[in-house]
Amino acid sequence: MEGGPSARIREGDCAVLKRDEVFKAVSVLRRRKIIFEKQWFYLDNAIGHIYGTTFEVTSGGNLQPKQEVEETTTETKEAGTDNRNIVDDGKSQKLTHDDIKALKDKGIKGQEIVQQLIENSTTFRDKTEFAQDKYIKKKKKKYEAVITIVKPSTRILSTMYYAREPGKINHLRYDTLAQMLTLGNIHAGNKMIVMETCAGLVLGAVMERMGGYGSIIQMYPGGGPVRAATSCFGFPKPFFDNLHEFPLSKVESLLSGTFTTETLPADPEENTLVEEESNGLSEEKQTSLQETEEEPAPEAPMEINPAEEQDTMDINAEDVEFKENKEKENKENVREKQIKQWERRKKLKEAAALLSEKNADGLIVASKFHPTPLLLSLLEFVAPSRPFVVYCQYKEPLLECYTKLRERGGVINLKLSETWLRNYQVLPDRSHPKLTMSGGGGYLLSGITVILEKGKADSSNSEALKMEEPSSKRCKLQDLPC
Amino acid sequence: MSFVEYGDTIKDGDTAIVFLGHESMFPVKVQHGTVTQTKYGVIRHSTDLIGKKYGSKVTCSKGGWVFILHPTPELWTMNLPHRTQILYSTDISLITMMLELKPGSIVCESGTGSGSLSHALIRTVAPTGHLYTVEFHQQRAEKAQEEFREHGVEHLVTVTNQDVCKNGFGVSNIADAVFLDIPSPWEAIGHAKSALKAEGGRICSFSPCIEQVQRTCLAMEEYGFTEINTLEILLRVYNVRTISLQIPDLGKAAEDNSSTGFDSSKPSDQGSPCANLQQGTVQFKSGVPLREVVGHTGYLTFATKSLV
Repeated sequence: MEGGPSARIREGDCAVLKRDEVFKAVSVLRRRKIIFEKQWFYLDNAIGHIYGTTFEVTSGGNLQPKQEVEETTTETKEAGTDNRNIVDDGKSQKLTHDDIKALKDKGIKGQEIVQQLIENSTTFRDKTEFAQDKYIKKKKKKYEAVITIVKPSTRILSTMYYAREPGKINHLRYDTLAQMLTLGNIHAGNKMIVMETCAGLVLGAVMERMGGYGSIIQMYPGGGPVRAATSCFGFPKPFFDNLHEFPLSKVESLLSGTFTTETLPADPEENTLVEEESNGLSEEKQTSLQETEEEPAPEAPMEINPAEEQDTMDINAEDVEFKENKEKENKENVREKQIKQWERRKKLKEAAALLSEKNADGLIVASKFHPTPLLLSLLEFVAPSRPFVVYCQYKEPLLECYTKLRERGGVINLKLSETWLRNYQVLPDRSHPKLTMSGGGGYLLSGITVILEKGKADSSNSEALKMEEPSSKRCKLQDLPC
Repeated sequence: MSFVEYGDTIKDGDTAIVFLGHESMFPVKVQHGTVTQTKYGVIRHSTDLIGKKYGSKVTCSKGGWVFILHPTPELWTMNLPHRTQILYSTDISLITMMLELKPGSIVCESGTGSGSLSHALIRTVAPTGHLYTVEFHQQRAEKAQEEFREHGVEHLVTVTNQDVCKNGFGVSNIADAVFLDIPSPWEAIGHAKSALKAEGGRICSFSPCIEQVQRTCLAMEEYGFTEINTLEILLRVYNVRTISLQIPDLGKAAEDNSSTGFDSSKPSDQGSPCANLQQGTVQFKSGVPLREVVGHTGYLTFATKSLV
C-alpha cells in the first residue's frame, strides 16, 4: 500500500511538516497559505517530490528543495580552551538588531546571515570548540529555516499531538500509546473495540496497526465519534469499510436486550457524522475560495496553543458548520435525508450485531471518562483469552477499576503500569540525558479476559485474590537466594 | 491458533499458555495423549485441553485449577526458553512504533537471539509483510526457525545464518525498517543502509552501553542517516494495595475527633474489601511501586534513512 508511486507528495494528501522537532499536520492543496513556525509559504512546489524531502522557504513563500551544501569551513579553525577571559558585556555581537533585520529584508540566505553573525562576533574565536558548535547550531536553527515534508504515521502524529495539544489527547504520551498497541496485541484481522476521546488518535493508531484487515467498533459518547486526528493519517478509503461506530448511550440497552434503532436520537448525530465524513471535501471547496488559513479546519486546531480551550473551540466550529449544513439540507429534498437516516440505522444495526456476538479480540479504552463503568460494561463484548488495555491520565481511577474488575472476575494478569521515557543527547564527549518525562504520560491498566463462571464470581474472586496476594510473597522468597 | 491469528478452541499442535497465577505461567505444546505436570496436578491434553475454548478454567487432577490462554507475542516473551538475553515488551512496543511498522512492512533484524522481538515483529507486519532475521549462531538460528514453524508463522519470516557485520542481511533495497541488537552495531550500519529501500526507511539499534551508542551514532551520521535520536524507556509497575495508616494520638482524644480533618476509618467510597476497621486509622488505596525494578535495559537509537 505504501511505497511505490504513493511515496510522492500528491495534491490532496495528508502530510506532516517538520522543522527540527516541531510537527504540523496539513492537507496538501494548491494556492493555500500555510503558517508554520512563524513562516508562511505555499505547498504548491512540494507536489511531486518524494516524502522526506527537505525544503527551504524562499521569498514569496515558495518552497525549494534544499541542496546539500558543503559546509564552508575552509578557514582554519581557531578556538579557545576555556571561558576565563570571556566577559558578558553585551557588546560581543557587532551587528545590531536593525542590521540583522536589514539583511533579512534583503532576502539574504539564512546561511549567509549565520556566517555574518559569526564574523561579527568578537568572542567567537575565544569560545571552545564545543561552544562554537553550539553557537552555530543555535543560529542555524533561527535563521536557516528548512522544512521537511513527511508522511503521517502514528509515530509522528502521536509525538505531534503530545507536544502541541496534550489536552486533546488526555496527555497520552506516545510511548504510552505504543505500550497500548503492544499490550492490546493489535494486529491485522482483529475485531477490536475502541473507546477513546483522544481526537481519534488512538483509533488511527489501531487502524494503522490493523492495515485495513479485520474490523473496529468505535464506541462514542455524545452525538458522534471525533476523528480529527484519524483524518491526519490519510488512510486509504478501504480502511473505513470495516470501521463501525456505536453510541455509548446504547450500550446498556444492548446488554439488556432492549436495544432498538427506533429510539435513535438520529438527527444531530446524522449531521455531525455527515460533516465528519465529508470533511476533506468541504475543506477543498472552502480553500479554493479563500486564501488565508485562519478557519479551524481539521489541521488548524494544531495552531492554537492553550490546549484546555480546544474542546470548546471545536464545538463552536462544528456548530457553525452544522448550521451551514442544516441550511443546505433544508434545501435538499427530504427523500435524500431519509435515505441517509436509513443508511445510518443500517450501520448502527451492523455495529450492534457485531457487538452482540460478544467475541471481540480486544478492548482499548483511552478517554476522559471514569474507566470503571466503561470497563465493566464493555468487557462483556470481549471474547475470553483476549487482552484489554485502559489508559487514564490519573492513577487513582485505575486503582478503583482494578478492585472492581477483581470483584467482577473474568479477568486475570491485571497490571497497573506507567512508562518513563528519557531522551539522550549523544555527541562525542558530550553525551547526557536530555530531559526526563517521568510525569504526565499517563497510566495503563491491562489484563486478559477469561471465561467468567456466572454465580461463582464471588468465590473465584476470593480465590483469585488468594492466588495473587501470596504469590508476590512467593516471588520475594524466590528472589532471596539469588 | 497461530501467533498472528486468534482461534477460539484449543487444537492439537497448538502452543498454549498455562496460567497458574500472578506472573506464574508456562507454555505448553498441545498434543494428543500427552500430559503436563503442574503444582496443582496433571493436565491431560486429550481430555482437558483439546476442543476447549481458550480462556477456560481447567481443573487439574489435585483439584486445583489453571487458565489456558491463547498465545500472543507478549505472553511468549514472558515464557519463552531463553537462549540469549531478550528484549521485553516495553522496549518492543517503542521499537515497533518508532520504526513505523504495520501490516505489509518489510523488516530486517539481527540477531534473532531467542526470537522475543521476532514474534512481535511478525505479528505486526502480517499478513503481507515479511521479516528477514539474521543470526550468526547456527544452533540459535535453527531453533528459531523451528519455533516459527511450530507457531504457524514460518511463511512470514526468513532466518539466515550469517554474520550481519560481514555479510549483511542478504537482501537489498527492500526493507522499510532495520533493527540491530548486536554487540557492535556500528559495523552493520552500512549493511543496514543497503537493506533499506532507496526512498528511505527507519532504523533502530539497541545497546546497553553508552559507548556503543556513541559509535553507532557516529556511524549513522557518516552513512547519512538523519533524525538520530536516542531514547530509553522504563517500565514502572504498581501493586494495588489497601493501606491503612494509624492516626497518632496527640492527646486530643474525645472532645474533638472530627476536627482532625481526617475521614477516620471510613471505608473508602471505592468499596474496597477492607475488613478489620480499627478506630484511629485511615484507609486508602495506593499503587505501590515494586521494591526492585528494572532500571536499565538498553538505549534505543532511532534514525531515518533519507533519500539519496
